Amino acid sequence: MKFVDEFKSNDYSKRLVENLQTISTHKLNIMEVCGTHTMAIFRYGIRDVLPANVNLISGPGCPVCVTPQSYIDTALELSSRKDVIIATFGDMMKVPGRRGSLLKKKAEGSDIRIVYSPMDCLTIAAQNPTKQIVFLAVGFETTAPMTALTAIEARETGLNNLFFFTAHKIVPPVMEALVQDKDINLDGFLLPGNVSAIIGTEPYEFLSKDFKIPGVVTGFEPVDILQALNTLVSLINKKDYRIVNDYKRVVKTDGNSKAKEYLNKAFNIVDSNWRGIGKVAKSGLEFNRQFEEFDALKHFEINYEEYDGGSGCRCGEILKGKINPTQCPLFKKLCTPENPVGSCMVSSEGTCAAYFRYYKEPEKMEA
Amino acid sequence: MCLAVPGRVISIDGNMGIIEVGNLKRNVFLHLTPDVSVDDYVLVHAGCAISEIDEVEANITLKLLKELAESEICR
Amino acid sequence: MSAITLSHGSGGTQTNQLINDLFFKYFSNDILNQMNDAAQIVIDFKRLAFTTDSFVVNPIFFKGGNIGKLAVCGTVNDLAVSGAKPLYLTSAFIIEEGFPLADLETIVKSMAEEAKKSGVKIVAGDTKVVEKGNVDGLYINTSGIGMIYENVNINCANALPGDVIIVNGTLGDHGMTILCERNSLGFEGDLISDCACLNSLVDCMLETYDGIHVIRDATRGGVAAVLNEISDFSHVTIALEEDLLPIKEEVKGAAEMLGLDPLYIANEGKLCAFVPKAQAEQVLQAMRKHPLGANAAIIGRVTEELGKKVYLNTVVGGQRIVDMPSGILLPRIC
Repeated sequence: MKFVDEFKSNDYSKRLVENLQTISTHKLNIMEVCGTHTMAIFRYGIRDVLPANVNLISGPGCPVCVTPQSYIDTALELSSRKDVIIATFGDMMKVPGRRGSLLKKKAEGSDIRIVYSPMDCLTIAAQNPTKQIVFLAVGFETTAPMTALTAIEARETGLNNLFFFTAHKIVPPVMEALVQDKDINLDGFLLPGNVSAIIGTEPYEFLSKDFKIPGVVTGFEPVDILQALNTLVSLINKKDYRIVNDYKRVVKTDGNSKAKEYLNKAFNIVDSNWRGIGKVAKSGLEFNRQFEEFDALKHFEINYEEYDGGSGCRCGEILKGKINPTQCPLFKKLCTPENPVGSCMVSSEGTCAAYFRYYKEPEKMEA
Repeated sequence: MCLAVPGRVISIDGNMGIIEVGNLKRNVFLHLTPDVSVDDYVLVHAGCAISEIDEVEANITLKLLKELAESEICR
Repeated sequence: MSAITLSHGSGGTQTNQLINDLFFKYFSNDILNQMNDAAQIVIDFKRLAFTTDSFVVNPIFFKGGNIGKLAVCGTVNDLAVSGAKPLYLTSAFIIEEGFPLADLETIVKSMAEEAKKSGVKIVAGDTKVVEKGNVDGLYINTSGIGMIYENVNINCANALPGDVIIVNGTLGDHGMTILCERNSLGFEGDLISDCACLNSLVDCMLETYDGIHVIRDATRGGVAAVLNEISDFSHVTIALEEDLLPIKEEVKGAAEMLGLDPLYIANEGKLCAFVPKAQAEQVLQAMRKHPLGANAAIIGRVTEELGKKVYLNTVVGGQRIVDMPSGILLPRIC
C-alpha cells in the first residue's frame, strides 16, 4: 500500500533505532498524546527497541477514555426509545455505563448500528423516515469536521430526522493543563499527526514559547514514530525548544483551512470535562445557535448532568502520565478488557488496554 | 484517536469521491480537500479525506531515510 | 408456495414434500435413500474421528459462499485436520418461518456441491421450523465422522521446539468479508470468503510427510486463537515474523481502515501446520502445487524459549505479544 509500506521499512526502522541509541544519553520523559500513537508504539514493539533512558509516557489522547460515563448512560437511555436508531463508531460499543453497554443493549433488541463514517448516517436517516437517528459524535479535531459536514449535508438534502449527541474535544488545551501540572515532568512531546493535519502546527507553539518544551508532529507508521523520536531527542539534547513537523507529507503549518472553516461554522468552543482529569477550559466543541436543531440533547429535551463514573481505579493519573497501568491495583486483576472498570481499559486504544495486550515485564523476556 | 489511511482518488463527483485503499473502494467526503484531482492520494479518516498527501514531501523524507540507512553511524 | 411455513416442520405431508423435493433431490446417496431413521453404515477401521459444529453466520449469503457451504466445509475441515479421511456427514436445519424457499434451495445445492467435491456423503438429517423471530433466518448443524489414517498422529499437544509453522494462504479473508457485509461498511472490492474444504490439501501434505505434528484450521479468533491453543497444549513458545504473514491487499486495506489485526480475523479455508524443520520445505512446496495452497507460507517457528506463549517479531525489530483473542471484533476509528 502506497505511503504505508515504505514507512514500515525494516531497514529504515532498524537504522533509526541504532541512531537513537547513539544520540540519547540521559533520562528523558517523552509524552505521546495520541491514542493511535499509543497503539502503534505497542503494535510495533517500539518500546522494546528504545534506549533505556527514554521513558515514553501515554497521554490522554483517547476520546473514548476521556468521555464521562454520563454520556454512555444517556446514549443507553436514548437507545431504549422505540423511535430511535443509534449510530455509532465501533469504539463506543463496549464502553460500560451504569447499566450495561451499547453492545448489551443491541443484544436486547435496541436498534444500534455501527458506522464507519458519520456520512453513513445520512443513508440511515433517508431509509428510515419515521425514525430519529442519533449519531454519537465523539472524537477530536480529526473527527469533528465530519460531524459538521454531515449536519450541513443533512440540511441541504432536507433530512430532518438526524441528530448528533456531541462530545467532541480539542487537544492543545489539555496539553497545556498537563504541562502546568507540577507533578508531571516532561522533556518533549510526540504530537498527534492527524489532529495536526486539521489544526496545523501553530496551536502547539505555546509549548515552545511558554514552557520550553519541544514537540515533533509525526505520523503513525513505525518509521514515522522512530524518526520523530530521533528528531525530538536531538532537539532536547541541543536545548532547541522548537515545534518541528516530521509529517510534512500530510501536515501543513496552517493545517486544513477548509476543515477549520467547517469547525468554526458549526461549533462554539466551550469548557469541557475530561474523565479522570477534570474540567479543562475551552477544550470542548458544542453546536452553535445555527446548528442547534441538530443537537440531540436539545431535541429530546434531555436534562444532561455530567458525572465521571469514578470506580476506584487510577485512570486519572494514568491519563496524565503520572503512573503507568501496572501501578493501578485493579490492573489485570479486577480490570481487564473483558470486564473493564475504568475508561483506559475500555477503549481499544486506551493506555491500560494497550498495556494489557502488549506489555510484558522486562524480567520475563530474559528467560 | 485518528485512524487514517492513504487512498488514491479514483473518481470525483462534486464534493464526493471514490477512493481506493489496498484494492478496496469507498465513497468519501472530499469537502476538506477541494483541490484534489483523480490519481492524487488523500488521507482518509472515517469516510472523509482530511488532507492531500504531498508526494514530493514524502519522497524528500524517504530520500533522507535512505541516506541515513546507507551512511556510517558516527560513534 | 415460495416460503417455509410451520407446517413444513410438523412431520406431515409438507415435511415429506420438502425432504423429497429438496433435501433428497440434492443429497441423494445409497445410504440416505434407504430413508431409515438412522443411517446404517458399515465400517472396517479402528480409529474414528467424530465432530460436530453449528453454523449461525449472518449474513447468510456472502461473497464466496453461504451458510450451507460453511456448514459442510467447517465439519469436513475439522475431520481433515485431525488426520482423518472425512466420510459421512449429518445435517440438521432450524429454519425461521417465512424463509424463502428459493434461498433454501440455493443453500442445499451448495452443500451438495461441497459434499461431492470433498468426497463425503450426507447420510442423515433433520428439519425443524420455528416461529418468526425465534431464529435468525436459518441455523445449520453438521456432524461428521472420518477414518483416521494409520501412521498419522496429529495432536495439538505434539508441537516441539524447532517446528516450522506453515499456513496455506492469506489470512483474515472470511472474517473481513463478513464484517464488512454485515455492517454495510461500504467497501467495494475483491473481499471474498476463503471458505473451502481442505481435506484434499491435507491428504497432499500427509502424503509428502506423514509425521506432521499438528494441523489446525484457523476459524474463529483467527490464527492468533489457534496458535495460543497449541502453545498451551504443547507447552511451547511460538515466534511469528510480521514480514512473512501472507495478507491480501484488500484485507490489509480494510484492516488499516478499521483498526483490526488480520491475525485475529476468522478464516474458513486456512490451516496452520507444525512441521519438523527437516521436512518443512518439502511440505511447503507440495502445498504450493495444490490449488488451496498456492500462497502457502512459513510464518514462524516454535522456539526453545520458555514461558512466552505466542509473540510476533515486528518489522521494527521489536516484539509484541499475540494474545488469545477475547470478546467480539469491532471496527474502530480511533
